[in-house]
Amino acid sequence: MHAGSAILQLLVAGIGTGSIYALIALGFNVVFKSTGAMNFAQGEWVVMGGMISALLFASTHNIGLACIAAVVIVSVIGILSERLVVWPLRRPNALLITLVSIGLAICSRSLVMMILGKKPVGYPGFSEASTLFVGGIAIQTQTLWIVGLTLVFLLAMHLFFEHTIMGKALRAAAADRDAAAIVGVRVETTVMLSFAIAAFGGALAGALITPLTLSSYDQGALFGFKGFSAAMLGGIGSLPGAIVGGLALGLLEAFGSFYISSDFKDAIAFAVLLAILFARPAGLLGRADVVKV
Amino acid sequence: MLEVEGLIAGYGSIQVLHRISLRVERGQSVCIIGANGAGKTTLLRCLAGLLRPSAGRIAIDGADIIGGSASTRLDHGITLVPEGRRVFAPMTVRENLEMGAYRRLWPRRDRGVPADMDMVFDLFPRLAERQKQPAGLLSGGEQQMLAIGRALMSKPRLMLLDEPSMGLAPRVVQDIFATIRRLNAEGMSILLAEQNANMALKSAAWGYVIAEGEFVRDAQSDALSSDPAVKAAYLGL
Repeated sequence: MHAGSAILQLLVAGIGTGSIYALIALGFNVVFKSTGAMNFAQGEWVVMGGMISALLFASTHNIGLACIAAVVIVSVIGILSERLVVWPLRRPNALLITLVSIGLAICSRSLVMMILGKKPVGYPGFSEASTLFVGGIAIQTQTLWIVGLTLVFLLAMHLFFEHTIMGKALRAAAADRDAAAIVGVRVETTVMLSFAIAAFGGALAGALITPLTLSSYDQGALFGFKGFSAAMLGGIGSLPGAIVGGLALGLLEAFGSFYISSDFKDAIAFAVLLAILFARPAGLLGRADVVKV
Repeated sequence: MLEVEGLIAGYGSIQVLHRISLRVERGQSVCIIGANGAGKTTLLRCLAGLLRPSAGRIAIDGADIIGGSASTRLDHGITLVPEGRRVFAPMTVRENLEMGAYRRLWPRRDRGVPADMDMVFDLFPRLAERQKQPAGLLSGGEQQMLAIGRALMSKPRLMLLDEPSMGLAPRVVQDIFATIRRLNAEGMSILLAEQNANMALKSAAWGYVIAEGEFVRDAQSDALSSDPAVKAAYLGL
């Protein structure tokens, strides 16, 4: 293959996986914003999105319906998770919620294994034709779906947080819980809503990636870690940071596994995470918190 | 309009307020003076629905509201300007004011909100100039104006203010108190908790003196200002 088209090919692949990481990173960021905690159940919601889509596709043979229903179901699971595990905490704090989320992740994984089985599942891409040839490179149509729907979702999130009173209430509660309560925001509801959004983003990522990679119950931890690395890379808590971090990580993986070795693909995320924690803990777009006392 | 009787409250097993009773008449300006840690903030937090008292009665216009949350207090026209201002630092000045009207925008939209925002901008032209800036970048005095503006956006009838002079330069304190007096003159009932007893007694008609969670005196502000014990303990004279 021609060097130029190899680079283009890698670029497309990197943007595709990068979009998936951006969706997962957004989930980390939204929950972090509202609780200050890292939600390590995020990766399990990706798996649920893929596996429930596959189950519904097997019975309905309607891929759009199956994926939409799966994303909605997982969002409800996100809400239930918050109500069952976070809401009952008498004195919630960031560390406690983070620890509890690890337990939630392990329980979710076991439940998925028991209910949906251990076998990897999949379904065809959203379009009939699976590959397009453009300018000498092959693009999987599913990659276009991934990038397109990720953009739509992120844009919708941007509009929600910047232009609706509910979105502003979420930001206000993230900035100062007490002051948000003073103006009448029910802070527990904003936490629940942030879990719903995070689960929605995760499930969407799972439903989109499954046609390319299949989906199995034990992938959650890796998805979670990739999304976490992307969130840290972009700047935890920052919504544009999720996009920048996700794409940067996707591209690094694509180019790294081509030019170094595909054996290192997963190691790249961890190397990036370590490097960013050493060099710039606030992330590319994050800034150190300025606290005025 | 506000009646409090035998209010007992605290945090966990620590009781902070011991049988507090007070009244604020419609359109009246009342202050509570006392040292740091005397229970002023705890009292205002109970009144604003942020802390549930363990006993006592809180009534607004004769209706008992003790069990309600902050949202229901806002619906009854009670709003709090908290200690330390507590603006939403990363959000813009305009967004902070919008959040003040949260109960009027969600779940149902009150068409009067934009007009009230213009009114706040008229009251504080500095905020109008800076409406697109993040609130965290404002000066202390501007943040206090924003905190008062945010409280006004809920369209309150009774405004609770907790230490509005805290950490501000004397000039700025003068301005803030002038604003409080102006709001009162326009009909707003005011309940003000202050360590700066001098300023508080000058702008309120009635004053309570709080010490260790109990009211030890209450009288007309003029009478309190000339009381030798109050002078010695709180006015530094």
